[in-house]
Amino acid sequence: MGEGGRSGTLTAPESAPTPAQPQRPRTQLHPGAWWLWALALGTAATRTTNPLLLALLVTTSAYVVATRRPHAPWSRSYGAFVKLALAVLLIRLAFAVVLGSPIPGTHTVLTLPEVPLPDWAQGIRLGGRVTAEALAFALYDALRLATLLICVGAANALANPSRLLKSLPGALYELGVAVVVALTFAPHLIADAQRLRAARRLRGRPDKGVRGLLHVGLPVLEGALERSVALAAAMDARGYGRTAEVPPAVRRTTAALTLGGLLGVCAGTYGLLTAEGGTYGVPVLLAGLAAALAGLRLGGRRTLRTRYRPDPWDARAWLVTASGVAVAALLTLAASRDPAALHPGVVPLVAPTLPLWPAAAVLIGLLPAFVTPAPASTRKEPTT
Amino acid sequence: MIRFENVSVTYDGVPEPAVHDVDFEVPEGELVLLVGPSGVGKSTILGAVSGLVPHFTGGTLHGRVTVAGRDTRTHKPRELADVVGTVGQDPLSHFVTDTVEDELAYGMESLGLAPDVMRRRVEETLDLLGLADLRHRPISTLSGGQQQRVAIGSVLTPHPRVLVLDEPTSALDPVAAEEVLAVLQRLVHDLGTTVLMAEHRLERVIQYADQVALLPGPGERPWLGTPAEVMAVSPVYPPVVDLGRLADWSPLPLTVRDARRKAAPLRTRLAHHEPPQQHDPTPPPPTRRLFKRTKPDHAMTTAPVAEVRSLAVRRDRVQALRDVDLTVTPGETIALMGRNGAGKSTLLSALVGLVAPASGSVRTGDAIPHRTRPRDLVRRVGLVPQEPRDLLYADTVAAECAAADRDAEAPPGTCRALLTELLPSVADDTHPRDLSEGQRLTLALAVVLTARPPLLLLDEPTRGLDYAAKARLVKILRGLASEGHAIVMATHDVELAAELAHRVVLLAEGEVIADGPSAEVVVASPSFAPQVAKILAPQHWLTVSQVREALR
Repeated sequence: MGEGGRSGTLTAPESAPTPAQPQRPRTQLHPGAWWLWALALGTAATRTTNPLLLALLVTTSAYVVATRRPHAPWSRSYGAFVKLALAVLLIRLAFAVVLGSPIPGTHTVLTLPEVPLPDWAQGIRLGGRVTAEALAFALYDALRLATLLICVGAANALANPSRLLKSLPGALYELGVAVVVALTFAPHLIADAQRLRAARRLRGRPDKGVRGLLHVGLPVLEGALERSVALAAAMDARGYGRTAEVPPAVRRTTAALTLGGLLGVCAGTYGLLTAEGGTYGVPVLLAGLAAALAGLRLGGRRTLRTRYRPDPWDARAWLVTASGVAVAALLTLAASRDPAALHPGVVPLVAPTLPLWPAAAVLIGLLPAFVTPAPASTRKEPTT
Repeated sequence: MIRFENVSVTYDGVPEPAVHDVDFEVPEGELVLLVGPSGVGKSTILGAVSGLVPHFTGGTLHGRVTVAGRDTRTHKPRELADVVGTVGQDPLSHFVTDTVEDELAYGMESLGLAPDVMRRRVEETLDLLGLADLRHRPISTLSGGQQQRVAIGSVLTPHPRVLVLDEPTSALDPVAAEEVLAVLQRLVHDLGTTVLMAEHRLERVIQYADQVALLPGPGERPWLGTPAEVMAVSPVYPPVVDLGRLADWSPLPLTVRDARRKAAPLRTRLAHHEPPQQHDPTPPPPTRRLFKRTKPDHAMTTAPVAEVRSLAVRRDRVQALRDVDLTVTPGETIALMGRNGAGKSTLLSALVGLVAPASGSVRTGDAIPHRTRPRDLVRRVGLVPQEPRDLLYADTVAAECAAADRDAEAPPGTCRALLTELLPSVADDTHPRDLSEGQRLTLALAVVLTARPPLLLLDEPTRGLDYAAKARLVKILRGLASEGHAIVMATHDVELAAELAHRVVLLAEGEVIADGPSAEVVVASPSFAPQVAKILAPQHWLTVSQVREALR
């Protein structure tokens, strides 16, 4: 279909300016590459509890985010992830202080009054001695989780989530659109709520507090509903959901492949997880996966959608992915070769040292900051 | 290209048809303007072209609508997507993706065009609409005019043969509106696109129309004719037509240029009349203050109701206002004008304490707005926001009025009495949502006025109002001003400013660039001058009613 045939009816006049290339071609990195890089750094973080290495990992990802983050609404989520990571850190430490920990320790930092608990709560302790060893253990442990969170935040800030969803196979396209629309609705909802709270102030009612928020709830939802109806109308009028004619045989094959494939995946997983299914588990799982993928691919025939300028998976995408995977692989290797350096002792308490070659390996993760294009600077246009 | 054959549309649960017996044809390559008062079914007719009526809205459509030979009864909107492009009133509710380039490509992706065709058309459209510099920008960071152009571009890329637009310029400042209309004209002239467009602000669009379809009233048959024919009898008309009818010009001029050619005799007749000065309650400033900042140098005869001193406001890391001075005296009407995003709304928000100043000071009466409790502030200053519906929470008009009395601690019945005075026809049990745009604005106005604030602020009050509703609003606001209310309104509507304002304050990039009597400021600026001023320049007439007065 299409293939340029549709361009015939109306073409731009000869006098129209020739399509000029913009100042610079779009050179965005494939969003999948950013996610793989960030998840690989996160994997690396799970291999170690050395706070120095973890701090180095956080610094590495933060540096890349700072230099390569585009100026777009979605990229502001990094701050939220950093705050979340800090909250995890503090909560973990607070638990270690209040509930104590099974880590034996000799360096008492402070002693809290212990709350006597009844017999049935045996094994739980409230208050009591807080040792430096327990604190250090909790800190290392929490730092690992916090690093993982910050790495995920980096992926969120660097890669446009809707472009990532655009890379979905054709059959899943409609699902992707639903997610994208939902993603863009959240900021609209917040803006609506702010506007309506301001309007409460204009009516002479207090605009702060929970009551103010509750009262605007209904109008906000009403507005969101109206907006989604308007959007649905606009999307319909722009051709969303047009389908191609598919012969019934293909339709039936698609359904059979997808359903059979999913059943196969379920059976295979069950087989893998149960003791006696060791023999048939893997082959059934693989066959199921293949059938499901074939179904998806065949289902893609029903949508006549084409894709505008998909992000190419180019050499840079390989480099970025490879740099992340290298960090993860080298730290995994280091964890098996030199566990002492990557998991500094807590009992007895020793100061962690920075193992040299694993640290150098983490620095490979900085590569994207040099091989990817700098984001274009955009300033906000005045809006009413 | 578009054929309506005896079309009537009846929505579910409504006894009367929204449009009745519509029968006309829009020929290929013409720009047809759909005009008429509010509520005559303009949007219904536009929706019927794209198939959204009745496939999406529900209701029953009798008769037949064909677009490029396709019957909308058998074709769903998505199956018409390659021949009809539709842009609604609010561009923001139209966008599916988040950047300009992706938005332009979206429609083509749905139609399954080949990647190289898509690429070429996106580039062409970027150039055609002057969007090339904005191609990678997130849509939410664009200004109103830019968003409207992106919305038009996004339906242009599939090369529809018909373009349907519902009030494309109502939210735009005069300059941005001209940009959008220039693009439309180019499409019609260069690409042969057929355009069907509804618009209330006829003074902006009438000169671009090849034909005008007039819907004189609800349920009446539309009438298609040349713009001059239709304008001679239409109940809605721009000031240039009003002036032409007054001076008995024939054929009726539709553009300022045509009118100027005919206006020489009128100018001589008016030469020995003095245009009435808009009654200014304060002594006029002694020196010409155009393009100078206001200085509070002249002696105040009365205490100002609001005073702004070197105000600066930052919003989202953007300097929204810098070094703004403004003094508002009782009984004075001020129009705040300027581009979309020049800081008009921010200045109004600062006056009601919705935003805190970064530096400088704001006082309304004896209060500092952002530090005053809302309950006390409503008695000093009231704002009718851009979307009056934001102010209304209740299910019925009566409940809304009762709530307003409680909020303002006014005796019960105050708000309802005000509303009856402003809008006699509205029933107590109507839901605010079912009111027309103009009625809703009036209800919000009554709610705000219940607390009797000496300072009344209005943000874009004429957006979506037809000429009749606008005339009613002008009358109401004149009455309030003569009672001593000070009024500050942010508006793109130059005709409204000319009718009402004693003073015009022009803002650009958050700074005051002009502040002076309306006649001086608007006449000096080509984009903000009302049509009558352009026609009768160099004489300083601003409105048709002034001329009518003088000729009597």
